[in-house]
Order: sequence, then C-alpha cells, then structure tokens
Amino acid sequence: MAIPVIYNMRSVKARWTSAVVAVLGIAGTVGVFIAMLSLARGFKATLTRSGSARNAMVRRAGSTSEMDSVIQLDQEKILEDAPGVARGTDGPAVSPEVVVIAPFPMRSTGTDANVQIRGVSAKAIQVHENVKIVAGRLFRPGLNELVVGKNATRSYTGLELGKTVRFGGGQWTIVGQFDSGGTAFDSEVWCDAAILNQVYHRPTNIYSSIAVRLTSADALNSFKDSLTSDPRLTLQAEREVDYYDKQSRVLTTLITVLGSIVAAVMGIGAVFGALNTMYSAVSERSREIATIRALGFGELAVITSFVIEALLISFVGGALGSIAVLPLNGLTTGAMNWQTFSHLAFAFRVTPLLMGLGIVFALVMGVAGGLPPAVRAARQPVASALRGL
Amino acid sequence: MRFFPLIFANLFRKKMRTILTVGSFAVALFLFGLLFVVRGAFSQGVDVAGADRLVVINRTSIIQPLPLSYQDRLLKIPGIKLVTYANWFGGVYQDEKNFFPQFAISTETQRQMFPEFIVPDEEWNKFVGDREGAVVGEGLAKRFGWKLGDRIPIRGTFIPGTWEFNIDGIYHGKRVADDTTQFWFHWKYLDERKQFSKGFVGWYTVRIDDPGKAAQLVKTIDQEFANSPWETKTDTEKSFAASWVKQFGNIQFLILTIGGVVFFTLLLVTGNTMAIAVRERIGELAVLKALGYSDVFVLVLVLTESLLVALVGGILGMALAKLFTLAGDPTRGLLPYFYLPSVAIAGGIFVALLVGITAGMLPAVTAMRLRVVDALRRV
Amino acid sequence: MVDGNGKTSSLIQVRGLDKKYQRGSEEIDVLQGLNLDVEKGDFVVFMGPSGSGKTTLLNLLGGLDVPSRGSITVAGDEITHMSRSKLTEWRARHVGFIFQMYNLIPVLTAYQNVELPLLLTKLSKAERRKHVETALAVVGLADRVNHYPRQLSGGQEQRVAIARAIVSDPTFLLCDEPTGDLDRKSADEIMGLIERLVREYHKTVLMVTHDPLVAKRANMTLHLEKGVLVEASAKSGVAS
Repeated sequence: MAIPVIYNMRSVKARWTSAVVAVLGIAGTVGVFIAMLSLARGFKATLTRSGSARNAMVRRAGSTSEMDSVIQLDQEKILEDAPGVARGTDGPAVSPEVVVIAPFPMRSTGTDANVQIRGVSAKAIQVHENVKIVAGRLFRPGLNELVVGKNATRSYTGLELGKTVRFGGGQWTIVGQFDSGGTAFDSEVWCDAAILNQVYHRPTNIYSSIAVRLTSADALNSFKDSLTSDPRLTLQAEREVDYYDKQSRVLTTLITVLGSIVAAVMGIGAVFGALNTMYSAVSERSREIATIRALGFGELAVITSFVIEALLISFVGGALGSIAVLPLNGLTTGAMNWQTFSHLAFAFRVTPLLMGLGIVFALVMGVAGGLPPAVRAARQPVASALRGL
Repeated sequence: MRFFPLIFANLFRKKMRTILTVGSFAVALFLFGLLFVVRGAFSQGVDVAGADRLVVINRTSIIQPLPLSYQDRLLKIPGIKLVTYANWFGGVYQDEKNFFPQFAISTETQRQMFPEFIVPDEEWNKFVGDREGAVVGEGLAKRFGWKLGDRIPIRGTFIPGTWEFNIDGIYHGKRVADDTTQFWFHWKYLDERKQFSKGFVGWYTVRIDDPGKAAQLVKTIDQEFANSPWETKTDTEKSFAASWVKQFGNIQFLILTIGGVVFFTLLLVTGNTMAIAVRERIGELAVLKALGYSDVFVLVLVLTESLLVALVGGILGMALAKLFTLAGDPTRGLLPYFYLPSVAIAGGIFVALLVGITAGMLPAVTAMRLRVVDALRRV
Repeated sequence: MVDGNGKTSSLIQVRGLDKKYQRGSEEIDVLQGLNLDVEKGDFVVFMGPSGSGKTTLLNLLGGLDVPSRGSITVAGDEITHMSRSKLTEWRARHVGFIFQMYNLIPVLTAYQNVELPLLLTKLSKAERRKHVETALAVVGLADRVNHYPRQLSGGQEQRVAIARAIVSDPTFLLCDEPTGDLDRKSADEIMGLIERLVREYHKTVLMVTHDPLVAKRANMTLHLEKGVLVEASAKSGVAS
C-alpha cells in the first residue's frame, strides 16, 4: 500500500504554525506529567533508599513512627543478644537512636522547617552502612557537636562546617558533614544521644528506635520472632526498607493522585487541541486530499498517512516535553514527611523510564487527536471536494 | 441583539471546531478550579487564622511540651484576654491510613477561643460531663459514618493502649473553609492516663485584646519564659500556619507553573483556531465590508465569537470543577477541605474571558485591517 | 456624456480619475484622467481586455478604494475625500454590489443574507421583514426564503445576491461579471432580471462584463482602453 507520506511531511512543513501549536500543547502536557511523576518518584526514592535490606528498625510495639516510639535502655540491652544480630569488632551492630525535631530556617523561604535531629552513638555509622563522613569528623561523645547531612546543609541556613547554631537552649558546633547517598538521613542532623536527651529534658537512656544490622537479610524473621516471644520486650521490628516505604506513602499518594488528575485533564485538553489542529488541517487541505484520492490512493492509505502525521507531531511534542523537564533531574526541593512532620529534602528523579512513558503518553494523545480527522479526510466525497464545495 | 444570528451562525459553521475549542476552555478552567482548590486546601490554616490569636510552642521543638503552670502566668500578662491549650494525640483509628488530627483540649476554654466551631449547647454540656467524651467535626463524622453516641476506639501511639471515646457532640464550622476534620477529647483524661510528662501541654493558644499589639506581645511572652527549662516561641496564628504550609513544599510555585503552562497552551490553541477560522472567512468578511459594515464592526464580530466560546467553555469548566469538589476529597482525608469558593469561580470565568480576548485579538485585528479590494481579488 | 462637459445634474460624475499601483519597484498607471457621467436610470456596461482596470474602476465608484487623483461625485456627495468610516456609511446607503462569485454567507439563510444590509439601519424587525420579502419577491425567490446557499442552484444564489443588493434601495448597483460563473440559461434569467430592475424600477446599473450578449442589453457600452473610457456603441435614444 503506497502511503503518501511524503505529501504529509511536506504539508506539515508548509502549515508549520498549526503544527507548532499542537507540538507545544503536547509538550506542555508531557512536561507536567513527567515532572509530577518524577517529584513523587524522587520523594519515594529518597525514603526507600534510606533503608538497607540487611537492617531492621525496632520501635515500641504499637507506635506509628520513630517520632512516637519510646524504648528503654534495658530493652535495648536484651535486644543485643537476639538471634540474627550481626557482630563486629566493636560488639553487636545495634544503634539506639533518639529522634526529635528542631526548627531551622529554610534557605528557600526564610521561615522555619522542622528538621529531624537524630541522637546516636558512634555505632550508628557502622549500622547505617551507606552513611559516610565526607568532611570534618564525627562528634565526640558528651560534647555539643553536630554532624550534618549534605541535604541539610543545602536546605537550611547556617549549617555549614565550623558554624555554631543554637537550639534546645544550647550552643552546638558543626564538626562534620555526612553523605548517605541521597536518603532521608541526608536531611538530618546527628549528635550524641545522651546530650540530646538532656537538652530535650527527656529521661536519660530513653530512645526512639533501635537500628540493627542483621547477619543477613534472611535473618529478619528469626530476629522478629525472638522479639515477640520474649515477655520482657514490648517491641516491634520490621525491615528498614519497609518502614521507610510506609513513611513515603502519604505524600507519594498525595502527589500521585493530584498529579494524575492534573495530567489526565491536561491530556484531554491536549487531545482537544490536537483534534482541533488536525480537523482544521483536513478542512484547509480538502481539495488536495481529494486530488490524492483521485490519483488512486485508497481510504486506508489516506487515514494511515494522516495518523502518521499526527504521530510525528506528537512524538516531537513528547520529546520536547521530556527534554524540557530534564534539567529538573537532581533539583533539590523539600516537602513534609506527613508521618513525622519533619522536613525532608529530596531531588526530582527524571528517569529514562519516565521519559519513555511521557513519549508513549504523547503518542497516545497523537493517535486520539489524529484518527477522527483522518477518517473524515478519507471519507470526504472526492468529486465535491475537488470542486471546492 | 439583531446581530446574534450572524454570530451564532458563524460559531456553528464548523460544529466540531467550536465544540473542541469550548472543550479546551472547559478543560483549562477545570484545572484552574482544581489548582485553586488545592491551593486553598494547603493554605486553609492561613486563610482562617484568627487575627487576634497567638500560638505559643516550646522553643526547642514543636514536639516538646510546655508546663500547665504557664497558663496562669500567661493570663497575668497585660493584653492577653484568654488562654487555652491542647495536646496532639496522634492515635490510630483502625488503620494508619485513616489519618485525622486528634487533640486533647481544655473543655473550659476551647469554645470561647474558637468561636468558629459551633456545637449545640446540650451536646457540649454532655461532652463536658463525660470524661471519655469526644466532639468531632462534621466532616470527620461524615467520612467514617459516625453518629452521636457511637463509641470510637483509638489506638494510642506515644501513649500506648486502646482509648475509647463516646461521641457526645458534632461541630460544624461557621465558614466553609473552617476545618471540620478534628477530633477533640478531654485533656484531663489524657493527663490522667499518661505515665510520663504529666502536667504538660503541647501548646497554648492565646487571645489578645488588640491585634495591632501582636508583635509586641510575641516578644513579651517569649521574654517571660526565657532562660527557663521550657522556653517559648510565640507567633501569630497566621504566621504559624503560613510557615507550616511552607514546609509542605513549594506548593505555590508548583501550582503557578502548572497553571501557567496550561493557560499558555490554551492561548496558543485558541489563537490558532481563531486565526484559521478567520482565514477561512476572508471572502465573507470582505463582503460584509463591501455591504457597508465598518472595520470596527468586523473586529468586534470576531472578538465576540471568541469571547462567547471562552465564556461557555469557562462556565462549563468551572461547573465541572464545582461538581468534582462536591464528590469529596480524592485523597480521602489528607486535605482539610476540598472546596471551590465563588470568588474562584468568578475569577476563573474572568480569566477565560481574558484568554478569549487575547487569543481573538490578532485574528480580529487582521479582519479589521482587511482591504476589501485585496480580499475580493482573491476570491 | 463621456467627456466632462456634461450637465452637473448627472447622478454620478467622475472627473480626471487617476489610479496608480505599486508592483514591486514599478509604478503602474491603471486609470489615467478618466471622465464619466451617469444619469439616473442608466444601464452602463464597461468592457475591456483583462487587466485594463474595469474592476478597479468599479471599486473606486463603489468607494472600496481611493483614487490617486481626481474626483467622484454621487448624488451631490464627493466621495473621494471622505474618511474611511464615512465612506463605509456612504456605501451602505448608496451602493448595491453584485459579484461574480455570489459571496453569500454560507451559514445564513437566503432571508438572513438579504437582511444583512438592513441590519445597519434603524428599521425595526417588522419593517426589515417587509423589505426583505419584497426584494425576494422581485427576484422571484419568495418560496426559498429559508434555504441555505448550498441548497440553491447557481442562478438562484445570484438572485439572492441581487435581492440583497436592492433591499436597501441603494442609489445605484455595481455588478462585477455577474453572469461569469453561470450557464447560458441562468445567465439569461439574471440579465432579464437586471433589465427589469432598470426598466420597471428605474435602477441605475453599472456593470463590468466580458460577454457581448450581456453588453447588448445595456443602453451604453464603454470600453476601457489605456486608462480612459472610450464609447463603443450607444443604444438608440442616447447621443454621444
């Protein structure tokens, strides 16, 4: 079947203003679509990467997050002997942690954000394998010293190495910076757990959670069982990745639901725009189309060539939209973790998959916008079209 | 008017095109409405904040409590009329997904401090006399199908155990924007059952005599409690809400960007369509001029067609947005309210008309400038 | 009649009409010092080779264009120096156009098309109805009042156009090749109608045509040569 594609290509070139309009309409829709999805994905990725498959997060039974969990020291001691706990040269890889929030001014708005402060011991670096000190050093126990995550330095003012900050009624010096590979920890500020408890008037030796590195990912079940069967303990354990996955759920749901609605509606609008453009193209060119038909090209050939024209336009639009949002990739923004009400910095993640999805979306819009007019073009009675009626 | 047949006839010349253009407007305005609702939902706290209320929290962190004894000290500060307090409970009802705010409140002062929440007297009195009583917002009651007299179990998180409450009252808001998703119970009940931090409140809300003196009083309050183990950080209710919203993320920017993209695209599509429509009618427009219709008439004719399409599309879009909000919050409870105010509807239609004029202007001017002799020569 | 020393009581008086066009870097003189007198009730036909400026002359007479030099006076009004808006008003009042391609508005019915010139007046709906129905009756289309142009034959469309041209009782009618697109039979019908308008209703008609058979029906035929009018023939009763 000979398809007058060349004719369509040339037509597109000749009526370029309409084509440009359709391209921009589709590009805009695809851009917004990908931007919203990469926002949700970035947030989720930050949180899910925060967990290690080999780590367990232990909290008080019945708590919903580290923020509302309370664990006493004696429980932590019992935990150290549970099966599945990895042991290193320093002893059991168990890190008791105190999690609170403190207000720090955001660079972007100047107003305060609730930053998550984690009181830990030196064991924390061992247990959270992906955390590495990249500048300065770890705090010394017993001192008002802080190590700051790289996103925290970026997002809040005054958290650079060597600076001092006031919070909790005391002065603290920033002695180090850590990088945790783009996870939630990067938005946190770490210090000595005992000092933190003091400053926050909490009873000593009370913790929010315990991070445990297991001997292997499979050791989780036996570890969990030992906790629930021990009558002295009121703890629950889950895989660290699962904990963070749940944390991301609320905001991810919000962004995905709202983002999908926006993208769907914009998609409909883009299809309307494409339809309008293609119908106008068909009516402007009805005499030419009739001529081609008269020359011997069949209905199917005409339909196919118009659909190809629509696909070409929408592909260009989709590609344009995808490329336009690419600069967003890695752009840090912040949002509130609804589970803990603490501020979390994360980056847009524009992946090749998302871009591919965007182009597919564009092509779907192109077909939807191009098919009905193409059918109309093919069905126009040739004789009257030639006469220009 | 007498020229309506001409205008309408032109619009129905290519039915599909008119329908699609009206549809484009409807879609864009629907999105406008949606974005407005989302913006409203996020900044709801700011919009309804009391001009004469301040919020006092612990300076170290919002999750740190303040002593109950501060209530009397606050009342002694000149300029402060009324003080109330509350604690965040953060319990779980059936499933962690069923999130809603739970507050342990002071039954003596809550109602006076927040007159925007209206509870029938007999329900409130029942609540005051019932230690395990609760008052819930009507939005919350509707969400879970709760009725007066229901017994609601909530699982405590930082204070473990199951807590059960009797719904003694349901409040509604004075204004549509008021948050009716809250759950209130007795602070005394919470304090009794607590094991740690007895005698501590989460935050204070303070009513001041003169909103003009807010800045001063903020300083005064914080000075009063400076250098104590529980230092305070005071703010007007509005700025407290505003900084909370800012933490949610740069919602404003996101919304403006999406809105901008949508309207720009709409403008392009409509402008192009109008331009094509005018191009097709050059001969007819020339004839009108030959018959004695003025250049200005032709300009107005094209603009009116554009405006009509914009108006119909705009109204349709806003109506759809309104219907959508009536169907309820699609995030199922994460947003305090999901409502499209009339001001937004009017604003949306205005924007639609603006786009209609802008998109139609260039083609209309082209039509106005058309020289009959050139146009007729083409025919 | 042609060369200027005519009576000042002519309905239409043209003196020294010049029209130049700019085509690229060239300047083309289409009309050069043209003179013309037309009396009420005249049926004048302009003929000439393609590009001789016949349509240009018609456009100038109808106030659709302005001359480079010269004057055009219609019923005492000097139109050559009127502002664009005044000219538009003048045109609505005084000129009826009949084009080769009927130029009916396709989305309006025959009735609505004929009504168009009247919408510019202060007539009430009822008064407009009277005029439209009369005009359509004169052209013999009283039974096609609510039809759309696409439902009419070529000849019928032209008759609607004629009805539209006469409905506001203009001072004169300008026709640019009105039968150019019609078959012989329809062309005859149209010309018969126009003749009736001249004879019975005393309309003044100025027409451009290629067709010598059409020209025969006029009482004066003028040729356009080298930018001026040259009289070719005169019907009986009119001396040159």
